[in-house]
Amino acid sequence: MSGGLVLYDVPGPRARRRQVILAIVVGLAAAGLIALVLHRLNAQGQFEAKLWDPLVNPSDKNFAAVWGLIGDGFVNTMKAAALAIAFSLSLGTVIGVARLMLGRWTRIPLVGFIELFRGLPVVISIFFASRVLPDLGVDLSGWPGGEGLWFVVIGLTAYNSVILAEILRSGVNALPKGQSEAAVAIGLSRLQTMGIILLPQAVRIMLPALISQLVVILKDTSLAAVLGVYPEMLNAAKYIYLNLDNPIQALFVVGTIFVVINFALSKLAGWVERRLSRSKRSPGQDTDDEVRYITDTAELAQ
Amino acid sequence: MDAITDNLDLFVSGYWTSLKICLIALVGSLVLGTIIAACRVSPVAPLRWIGATWVNMIRNAPLTVLLFFFAFGLPEIGVLGSYWVFGVSALIIYTSAFVCEALRAGINSVSSGQAEAARAIGLPFGATLREVILPQAFRTSIPPLGSVLIAMFKNSAVLGAFGVGGDLFSVSDTLTSARGYAATPVLLGVAVGYLLITLPAGALLALLERKTAILR
Repeated sequence: MSGGLVLYDVPGPRARRRQVILAIVVGLAAAGLIALVLHRLNAQGQFEAKLWDPLVNPSDKNFAAVWGLIGDGFVNTMKAAALAIAFSLSLGTVIGVARLMLGRWTRIPLVGFIELFRGLPVVISIFFASRVLPDLGVDLSGWPGGEGLWFVVIGLTAYNSVILAEILRSGVNALPKGQSEAAVAIGLSRLQTMGIILLPQAVRIMLPALISQLVVILKDTSLAAVLGVYPEMLNAAKYIYLNLDNPIQALFVVGTIFVVINFALSKLAGWVERRLSRSKRSPGQDTDDEVRYITDTAELAQ
Repeated sequence: MDAITDNLDLFVSGYWTSLKICLIALVGSLVLGTIIAACRVSPVAPLRWIGATWVNMIRNAPLTVLLFFFAFGLPEIGVLGSYWVFGVSALIIYTSAFVCEALRAGINSVSSGQAEAARAIGLPFGATLREVILPQAFRTSIPPLGSVLIAMFKNSAVLGAFGVGGDLFSVSDTLTSARGYAATPVLLGVAVGYLLITLPAGALLALLERKTAILR
């Protein structure tokens, strides 16, 4: 539903005329503002060929090197994100199931663990991994991909596995009670109930929230550039503009790559959500609302 | 634990700097986010487009890219300022997109029958908004808005890692890199500092959520 429908009546002729006038005024003001920014950029020489050519002109002598760097950075970003997602999903499933199946008292340490990593900024988790692990004598330098990769993966996994566990748990809790009652009635054990009845349904209805979490993970890989522990894509941009002195252009290109990928992922999450809420097999309207709410909240807590 | 007890004053001042950054970013992002949310639900199409573009661009870019852009891009076009100003501005702009989405979700959750009923009994536009729609929208917005603001506090640590001096994160960097303390106790101290805010805030949010829940 578009926001306009709730707030406003269907406009009459006078309101429509007013809206058209306002639209033109706003459009002109926005165009003016954009022109002003472009003029400013131009006046400061930001459109000069020597700043853009290494990024957009294949015949420039630095073009191949620059895109080689960005390409390597992109691959490294994807590598860190993919590993973090794989570990977070498996660890998150274990934590989520454990929290659901443990008794009231035995789950206290687990809840403490979840709250601890959920409340800690991701940048701290990665910094922790890069400083505390060597401090404790854990040597990751021999691992494939180098220790920097694993610092990022461990830091991201520490945070995202507990988030995914919580998403999965809300998914299981949102299922109708009849599902687990029926499973018990046909003689399944608790573990079987969880594994073959509840979890598959929870994963299905939580899919949008899980995809949204991928966006978060992808964005958070760039924290490595701030800490300087791993050569991912933003680090590549930094290296490029330190050498060619074109920060606006290099950051614009890398920023655009991030935005395009994440925008596509967000759209995919929205599409999956609409498909699921339309499908007849989905477990009822209440669950749909609950899911939409959980998805929205997970998306916003970035 | 000497690292913490010896440098307690440093930790405390780092804590206050973090809180100060967050307080400014809180006010700034709430104001900016509300303005953008108003654009996104306005009847004027170009305003909606501007709002949508803003949200889709900023929400999908990492905060770190925004930070880099502010701190290293803006000086190129003659906009000068301290890391502090650039850092806080980037945090405000980043958070504003999420604040906007939380508020918009709240407004969209009010069923159109509410507004229709309000108009049917003759309430003018202002009163419909003030008496009927916004109170309900705000209640629905509280839980997601709370998550956004807790996330913002955690994101302020990125500013510290980035080099905005004096906050809780940069305390850990100072102590471990420059003064040579062992990393483990220092980082534990910093972690406790962040948890001191995020855990009570999360608990408070859960309480608020229960108190303001509406039956539909």
